[in-house]
Amino acid sequence: MARVEERIDESALGRPRGDLARLPWVSFAIIAVLVLVAVLAPLIAPHSPTEQSLPDKLLPPAWEAGGSARHLLGTDVLGRDVLSRLIYGARVSLIVAAVALLAGGGIGLIVGIVSGYLGGRTDSFLMRSVDATLTFPTILIALLLAVSLGPGLRTIAIAITVLIWARFARVVRGEVLAVKTRDFVALARVHGCSHLRIMAVHIVPNVLNTFMVLLTLHIGFVIIVEASLSFLGAGIPPPTPSWGQMVSDGRSHIASAWWLSVVPGAAIMLVVLAFNLFGDWLRDWLDPRLRQV
Amino acid sequence: MQRFVLRRLAQSVLLLFVLALIVFALARVSGNPADLLLREDATQEDRAHLLRALGLDRPIHEQLYLFLAGALRGDLGESIRYRKPATEVFFERLPNTLRLLPLAMVGALALAIPLGVLAAVYRGTLVDRVSGAVAVLGIATPSFWLGIVLIYVFSIRLGLLPSSRMGGPSHYVLPTITLGLFLVAGMMRLVRSSLLEVMGSEFVKLARLKGLSQTVVIWKHCLRNALIPVTTLFGVYFALLITGAIVTETVFAWPGVGRLTYEAVIFRDYPLLQAVILLKAIIVLGVNLGVDILYAYLDPRVRYA
Amino acid sequence: MDSAAGVVLEVRDLRAYLYTRWGVVRAVDGVSFVLREGETLGLVGESGCGKTMTGLSLVRLLPEPAGRIVDGQVLLEGEDLLAKSESEMRAVRGRRVSMILQDPQTSLNPVFTIGDQILEALGQHHVDGERSLAARAQEALRRVKVGAPEQRMRAYPHQMSGGMKQRVVGAIAVAGEPRVLIADEPTTALDVTIQLQYLALLKEIQARTRLAMLFITHDFGIVARMCDRVAVMYAGRIVETGPTRALFRAPRHPYTEALMASVPRLEGHVARLPSIEGQPPPLHDLPPGCRFADRCAYVADRCRREYPPTMPVGPAHEAACWRNEPSAPSR
Repeated sequence: MARVEERIDESALGRPRGDLARLPWVSFAIIAVLVLVAVLAPLIAPHSPTEQSLPDKLLPPAWEAGGSARHLLGTDVLGRDVLSRLIYGARVSLIVAAVALLAGGGIGLIVGIVSGYLGGRTDSFLMRSVDATLTFPTILIALLLAVSLGPGLRTIAIAITVLIWARFARVVRGEVLAVKTRDFVALARVHGCSHLRIMAVHIVPNVLNTFMVLLTLHIGFVIIVEASLSFLGAGIPPPTPSWGQMVSDGRSHIASAWWLSVVPGAAIMLVVLAFNLFGDWLRDWLDPRLRQV
Repeated sequence: MQRFVLRRLAQSVLLLFVLALIVFALARVSGNPADLLLREDATQEDRAHLLRALGLDRPIHEQLYLFLAGALRGDLGESIRYRKPATEVFFERLPNTLRLLPLAMVGALALAIPLGVLAAVYRGTLVDRVSGAVAVLGIATPSFWLGIVLIYVFSIRLGLLPSSRMGGPSHYVLPTITLGLFLVAGMMRLVRSSLLEVMGSEFVKLARLKGLSQTVVIWKHCLRNALIPVTTLFGVYFALLITGAIVTETVFAWPGVGRLTYEAVIFRDYPLLQAVILLKAIIVLGVNLGVDILYAYLDPRVRYA
Repeated sequence: MDSAAGVVLEVRDLRAYLYTRWGVVRAVDGVSFVLREGETLGLVGESGCGKTMTGLSLVRLLPEPAGRIVDGQVLLEGEDLLAKSESEMRAVRGRRVSMILQDPQTSLNPVFTIGDQILEALGQHHVDGERSLAARAQEALRRVKVGAPEQRMRAYPHQMSGGMKQRVVGAIAVAGEPRVLIADEPTTALDVTIQLQYLALLKEIQARTRLAMLFITHDFGIVARMCDRVAVMYAGRIVETGPTRALFRAPRHPYTEALMASVPRLEGHVARLPSIEGQPPPLHDLPPGCRFADRCAYVADRCRREYPPTMPVGPAHEAACWRNEPSAPSR
C-alpha cells in the first residue's frame, strides 16, 4: 500500500500543481518565428548580411540617438546591418543544430539500442566508452578538430556529435532495457524474428518518444555550444554571419557600440530559453519519467 | 580499496592513451602535420627540413612511437607562437587559472546550496518558482555573453570594477561571477531535487517521529544525504570549470590556461593546442580520480563495501 | 466490556485527502475507532486502502504538501491532536504516540551511526535524567535484544541485517515510552523466521509498558497472533470492527468474508484459493454507494445508491453492510 501512496505523493511533489498541461505558447511562438525567419531570410532581411558600407559603420539602433530607421538594430564596424546578420545567423544556428543533432542523436540512438538490446560484453564496452566521453571535457576535442580540419559546418557538426552522442546513448539504453523485458519482444523471438528485425520493428518505435524528447531538450544546448565555438574562432568562418561570431566581433567595441554584442547574445538566450521550456513541456507531456534527464 | 584505486588509475591511463591517439591521428587526417606547423611563406626546403627534424618522413608507426615517447618525457612539441616548449608555456599560465577556479567553485556552492534548499523546503511557493526561473534563465545564458554584459554594466557604465587582466582583488570579481554562475543553475536544481527525494524518505519520518522539528530534520538529517550527489559530481563540475574557463578567460583577458587554449585556436598553434588538451585531460582525470578516492573515504556505505 | 474504560486514543470521523494532479484522493474517508490501554487493534486491508495514511494522520506526518487532514478528531487521552500546533505536536510524537515504519532498510539515516540515532531520540525526551544518555541508549538496544550494544552503537545502518535494523527502529520508537504505538507492517520486509521473533518482541514490550498498539497489516495470520480486536478497512473506510475471535468465526461484511476466504488455512486442504474479483474503486473517483458493491457477491440495488451505516452485529462487533439491517432477511 505504501508503494501506491508514495507514487501519488511523488507526483504531487514533483512540481507545483496545475501548470503541467499548459502548452508554452510564448516558447512556441518564439520558435515558430525563428524557423520562419531562418527559412525566409532572403525575403525578410532588409540588407545583405555581408555587404559592407564603411560610411555607415557603427550606427546605433534606431531608438538610440543617432540611429536611423534604415538600420533598425544599427551596424557593425564594417557597416553591415546587424538585423540582417541576425536573421541570416538564425539560419546558421538552426542548420548546425539540425545536422549535429541528427548525427549525434542518431549515433547515440543506435549505440543505445545495440548496447541495451545485446547486453553482455558489448553493453559494458559501449557503456564504458559513454562514461569516458561524459567525464571528459569534450569541447577540447571540438577545438582540436577545428584547428586540424579547419573550421566549417562539417567540423562543427562532427565536434558537436562527439559532444552529445554519449548523452543520447545512455538514456536510450535505459529505455531499451525496460522495453526489452516486455512480452512482445519475447514473442517476436519465439516467432523467429532476427535480432536486427526486433531492434528495428519492436524496439525503435518504443524508444521514439524518449528520443524526440532528448532531441528537443538538446537543441538549446547545441545552439550554445555552436555559439561558444564560433565565439572562440572555431565555428563557421566569416563572413557567414553566426550569432556567436557576432558577439565575439562586438566585444572589442563594447565601450562604444554595446549593441554589437548585446543584441546577438540576447537572441541566443531567448531562443535557447524557448527551446528549453518547450522541451520541458514536451517531456512532461510525452514521458514524465524522463524528468531526471 | 587498493584494487578500486588501481582499477580507476588504469582506466584513467587508458583514457589518456586513447586521447593521445586521437590527437596524433587528427594531426594527420587533414594532410601532413608539417603544414600545420609551417608559416605561410615557408619554402619547399624549409618543409623538407622540418619533415626530417620531426621524423615525419618516417613510417607512421615509427612516428606514433616517437610521439608517445616524447609525450612520456613531457615533450609535446614546440609552440609556434611562443617559440618554446608547449608544456613550459602551459605551466607558466596554470597558476593564474588555479587562482580563479577555487573562487568560482566555492562561490557557486555558497550560492547553489542555500538556494536549492530554500527551493526544496518552500516547494511550489514563490521562492521555488523564482529560483526555478533563475535556473532556467541561467542555463540559457551563454557565459561569454554574460561576461561581456557584466563588463559593459559594471566597468563601462558604472565604472565600479576593472574589466580585464589580473590585478588586485577587484579584478577577480567579474571573472569569478561569470565562471561560477555557469555552474549555479545546474547545482541548485540538483540540490533541490535530491533534497526533495531525501525529504520523502522513511528515515525522515522516523526523525520527525522522535519529535525533532522540521528545520532540524532538514539541516541535520537531509542535507548531508542530499549533498552526496553533489560531491559525486565534483569531478564533473571541475571539468565544466576547466571548459568554462576558456570562454571566461578569453572575455576578461585573464592570462591563464583557458585564454591559452583560445590563443592556440586562433593562431592555429597545433603543438600548443595538443599540449594544452593532453595536460588539461591529465588534470581533469587526476581530479576525478582524487574525488572518487576521497568519496570512498567519506561515505560509510562505499567505505565498507 | 466497559466501552469508556481505559480508552487511550479515540479517532472520530477522520478524513485525510491527498491533493494530486489527478484530483483529490480520498485516502482516509471517515474513519472512527477507539484504542484501549494494553490492547492491540489490527487495521487490515488491501494495498492502497488507506491504512498507512490513517497511521500517519495520527502523528500528523502526512506527505507534504499533497496530504492534508480535512476533518475529524484524534483524541489522545481526551486531547484533540488535530487542534494542536506543530510545536505542541512535537512534544506528542515519540513521547505519547510513536510509530514503527514498514521498511527497515530505509527507516534509518545511512550517514549516522545507530548510536547517534538512538541518542537523538532519547535526547528529545528526558524521561530519566539520572543515568548518562549513552548507558540508556545501550539499555534500549538490549531491550530489543540487540547483542553487543556497545559495539552496535558505533555501527552504520548498512552494516546491520534487516531484522536488526527493525529492532533498532523499534528501540527508537519506544525510547520515549509512548502510550500509543502505531506499527505499520513492521514485519513485511523481514524473513519469516525473523518476523515471529519481532512480533514476540513487540508483545513483550507491550506487556511491560501497557501501551496501546495499532497494528497495521494485510496478513490475517499476524492478526490472529497479535490482535485483540480487528478493524477491516476498504477504500478509505472501516467496514467492520470486532473482537478477533468473533470476526474470524463469523465475518459480517462481505469484504471481510472474501478476505478470509482468500487466506490459506493449515487445517483442511483447499483445492484452489478463491481470490476477490475486480479492483477497489479509484480513491479519487469514488461511487456514492457502497465501495465494495462492484465486487460483492450479495450486491443489491440499494448498495449502489446509499452508503450503508455502521450497525452493531454482536458484542463489540459492528459492520457497515445493508445485509445486517434488522429488517433485512438474514442469511
